Amino acid sequence: MTTWEPVIGIETHVELATRSKMFCGCPVDFGDQPNTAVCPVCLALPGALPVANEEAIEGILSIGDALNCTLSETSLFYRKNYFYPDLPKNYQISQYTFPLCVDGNIDIDVDGDPSTIGITRVHMEEDTGKSLHQGDTGRIHGADATLLDFNRAGVPLVEVVSEPDIRSAEQARAYGAELQRIVRVLGVSDAKLEEGSMRFDANVSIKPAGSETLGTRTETKNVNSLRSLQRAIDFEIARQIEVLDGGGTVDQETRHWNEGTGVTTSMRSKEESEDYRYFQEPDLLPLHIDSEWREAVRARRPELPADKRLRFHGLGADTATTALLVDSADLAALYEGAVGGGADPRTVGNWLTEVVAFLRRNETTVDATGLGASDLVELDAMTAGASLSATAAKEVLGGVLAGEGTPQVVAEARDLLQISDATEIEGVVDAVLADNADAIDKIRSGDMKPIGYLVGQVMQATGGKADPKIVQELVRAKALAD
Amino acid sequence: MTDLADLTILEAGGGLRAGDFSAVDLLAANLRRAAVTEAHLHAFLVIDRDGATRAAEEADAALAAGDEDRPLLGIPVALKDNMVTRGVETTASSQILAGWKPPYDGTAVARLREAGAVIVGKTNLDEFAMGSSTENSAYGPTRNPWDTDTVPGGSSGGSAAAVAAGSAMGGFGSDTGGSIRQPASLTGTVGVKPTYGLVSRYGLIAFASSLDQIGPIGRTVADAATLLEAVAGWDPLDATSYPGEVPAISGSLDAGVDGLRIGIVTELSSEGIDPQVLGATTAVVDRLSDAGAEVTEVSLPSTEYALSAYYLIAPAECSANLARFDGVRYGLRVDGDNVEEMMAKTRGAGFGPEVIRRILLGTYALSAGYYDAFYGQAQRVRTLVRQDFATAYENVDLLVSPTSPTTAFPVGARTTDPIAMYYSDVCTIPSNLSGDPAMSIPVGLDDAGLPIGFQVMAPALGEELMFRVAAEVERGAGFTDRASLATSEVVDA
Repeated sequence: MTTWEPVIGIETHVELATRSKMFCGCPVDFGDQPNTAVCPVCLALPGALPVANEEAIEGILSIGDALNCTLSETSLFYRKNYFYPDLPKNYQISQYTFPLCVDGNIDIDVDGDPSTIGITRVHMEEDTGKSLHQGDTGRIHGADATLLDFNRAGVPLVEVVSEPDIRSAEQARAYGAELQRIVRVLGVSDAKLEEGSMRFDANVSIKPAGSETLGTRTETKNVNSLRSLQRAIDFEIARQIEVLDGGGTVDQETRHWNEGTGVTTSMRSKEESEDYRYFQEPDLLPLHIDSEWREAVRARRPELPADKRLRFHGLGADTATTALLVDSADLAALYEGAVGGGADPRTVGNWLTEVVAFLRRNETTVDATGLGASDLVELDAMTAGASLSATAAKEVLGGVLAGEGTPQVVAEARDLLQISDATEIEGVVDAVLADNADAIDKIRSGDMKPIGYLVGQVMQATGGKADPKIVQELVRAKALAD
Repeated sequence: MTDLADLTILEAGGGLRAGDFSAVDLLAANLRRAAVTEAHLHAFLVIDRDGATRAAEEADAALAAGDEDRPLLGIPVALKDNMVTRGVETTASSQILAGWKPPYDGTAVARLREAGAVIVGKTNLDEFAMGSSTENSAYGPTRNPWDTDTVPGGSSGGSAAAVAAGSAMGGFGSDTGGSIRQPASLTGTVGVKPTYGLVSRYGLIAFASSLDQIGPIGRTVADAATLLEAVAGWDPLDATSYPGEVPAISGSLDAGVDGLRIGIVTELSSEGIDPQVLGATTAVVDRLSDAGAEVTEVSLPSTEYALSAYYLIAPAECSANLARFDGVRYGLRVDGDNVEEMMAKTRGAGFGPEVIRRILLGTYALSAGYYDAFYGQAQRVRTLVRQDFATAYENVDLLVSPTSPTTAFPVGARTTDPIAMYYSDVCTIPSNLSGDPAMSIPVGLDDAGLPIGFQVMAPALGEELMFRVAAEVERGAGFTDRASLATSEVVDA
């Protein structure tokens, strides 16, 4: 049997959260009633003309910059011609030759195995409207009627095209996740896969391992989550291997991922594929991005996920904690504040896991809980100073998150403070030893087992609040003493 | 007594401000003229009597309040029906837009309203401005007021005929390959294609975006300048509009041509040009020389291929521009069993044969495997034409030629021969490809009594110089003839 190697490239569409659409002044707002965020331009009324949105150009340049792309000095818009009811002009203003950003890369890591995925190009285009097909099929063919909402038509859309450098579904998922993190850190899009503000198309082909020749590829669309991306690609790899092992050939075609059944099905073959008749958009002038503009974009570059990872590692966070911090600015602020205030990095990292669980359970945000970095510093001091056990500390943290007050207030109110005064504990130890003379005899004869029992008795007598370390020391010392 | 409809815009403006007559009177004179001539001409698709009357009344109120600053205040103008007008049916002479009432005004239209102009109505054109005779209209052809057996030229034939007949004091058209200048030439009016970008295209139903330009049609050079000044200037809604200062269009109309270097274009003034047109052109050039201009012959070798390049570039752009007419959102819809069939049936029924011919031509020229041989090659020719003009302007200030190879031709003479029709624009197309300004001035009549036009071309933003020479051409020609349909015998009959 041949050993097969998958070759994967991903096209990602990202809707930019600009104030207005790509080529007109309509707001970018999906909460509106259908067909209310529209005007002559985005409805393609006769005579209307596009004007490029500078904020969107800023947005795509920041993405290109973050992906280590070369930002073009001169860039051109093209018309991509195809007829579809939700495309008002029946051409999409897009880019073809001379896109805004070319030749970049993203570093990814799958379980400690790093790799670099090349970025071919990042280009600017506009989104289509939404078709709502009425009837059983849910698709345009066989629909009883189709309702059109043009609120989304003309929303700025950035397309990021990767090189075919990806070799597994896990890598594809890691690539998608890292791209999503980068776009979010830049603040240019909410990049929500489930709402379609970020969308993936996966190009998959199979070749014999070591071969230089690429196999025939398929393009899979309708992938609405990172998990689906991984599943769809795994399915497609397995399907193509089965076809090739069975002596068949893979057709070049567009396939549709079905989330429910977990399979891809053929949408259209290459023979039916369109000739888009690209030509330069005469209604828009070439874009000139001067060096000053490019420098300004570079200067505004925020701390990217890869930089954050390095920094949090430097602060003492382990890999799991780092992942949490990179994905959440709120948690990162808490962590940095607490560690900066002197708290132990590892302990704070463990607590953040509790915090995340709390936030998920209660569907809330850090801000809404009132938990601050200073609370974590205080909690850490209490634990380190032995006034709080590790278990009690987690309970106190829960109380703080629930809004019951500072750690000290919560610990007192819940009566969780440890007795760490040796004199106070000594009295209890004496009393327990006095009641357990036979246990002491055993210990003195060399059987150390009853020490645990005696410690347990003391803890029980103090309602669990005595510092177990001190209790242990006192019991041992007194039992073995004359 | 002078019929007010025969005044120039400058004269009418003077009369309005002097209180000799009102804007309502002036409009009434134009509407009377239209009432007499429209049965013969069909220059208008819509006459907006109510809207125009309201605008004239508002103009009278402003005049009474002492408004002195707006030269078009109270002046009736006719607009080509590919200029989008809020609430007034706009069809571009196509069945596919029958009944469409736009929800917005184009920029030029809005500026005319701000200038106080009175919009009389919407004029006929070749469907989507594709043609040179105003015969390709879904609503029937327009005739030439000089001889109703001939065409008025096109595609802005409706506006040209309306201005020549006196049904409006001035008009606006669009010029993609000569669609203002050629009908101006055939109707004895002054027609201007400004520098590409000088007038906003926002609200002009696109034919070929890189070539389309709105411009005025007037009875005199000064009127044309006044009309152009009202609409010129940067528009944030048109990314291709010129952002700098508008040239001083009417700044030097009386400055003469002494010392100017004028080049007569060899390729546009020889083979294929009617001898009478050529004779009139030579006479004008001689007069310019007498007036002190230094006249030389200039060659623009690439213009030989300009017509061919134009008939690839314009159809290619139109194939995309007209894709939006699909029956989904507005205009005609012919139902089908599925969406593709609905779109195909709508477009098949809604577009006329010339529009379909150009969409097919343009779609083919852009197709994979043909793009480079056709569209790519045409773009290279366009670059060469631009270079020819640039080289020529190193040695001369302006270029001149006939506007049209012939005077008005009989109705139906070229409808079955697209190539013959396309050749009508051979002298005008190069300026659209280069983006430079050009205009036509009437300079005489041929033996049949039909007007002959003379073309003046200038470098980009050279409007001041162009109008200066045009004014000299006008003075020299002393052209005072009026279209037969506009003369008093016909009007009073």
